[in-house]
Amino acid sequence: MILGKVAGTIVSSTINDGMAGSRYLLVDKTDQYGTQKGDYIVALDIIGAAKGELVMVTEGSPARETLLTVNKPVDALVVGIIDMIDENDTVAYRK
Amino acid sequence: MILARVVGTVVSSHKSPKIEGIRFLLVEKIDPVTLIGKNDFVVSMDSVGAGIGEIVFYVSGSSARMTGVTEGKPSDSAIIAIVDNIEKDGEFTYRKNKLL
Repeated sequence: MILGKVAGTIVSSTINDGMAGSRYLLVDKTDQYGTQKGDYIVALDIIGAAKGELVMVTEGSPARETLLTVNKPVDALVVGIIDMIDENDTVAYRK
Repeated sequence: MILARVVGTVVSSHKSPKIEGIRFLLVEKIDPVTLIGKNDFVVSMDSVGAGIGEIVFYVSGSSARMTGVTEGKPSDSAIIAIVDNIEKDGEFTYRKNKLL
């Protein structure tokens, strides 16, 4: 998984049949402190992440290992909203 | 999924029989804020009927085989959506149809 910050949303009305009604987020990759790198990906959101939240994104075929995404064309999925990151006994990030 | 702009089509008359009849598009990765191309190009199979100049996003890897068009085909990149709007920090950076 990679860390990213939710920067915005992507809207599409012309979309592959299996993906109608999906919510896509624009996610900016970050380091463990939440510093944005300016490297954006589009990730499918099934947990309801909000703008500005630090999230975990699963990339590649493991993104299809959920009930909602099985056999769907998804290669990036938001799987968790980060509350806290601890690095060497110091808090690197807190929501 | 990666945001990209369709910049051209790729034509091949001599190809694997499994991928005959499929439309290949040349897409250039873009920055979602400035919409400027990154000079990084990918050949992608089209599953939605995207046209030149449109902003799309594509799936890579094994997930590219999960569309109706690419199922069972030797594909590692498939366009799955044409983008209408990109919204970042409360502002639209891209609107396909200005009236919407």
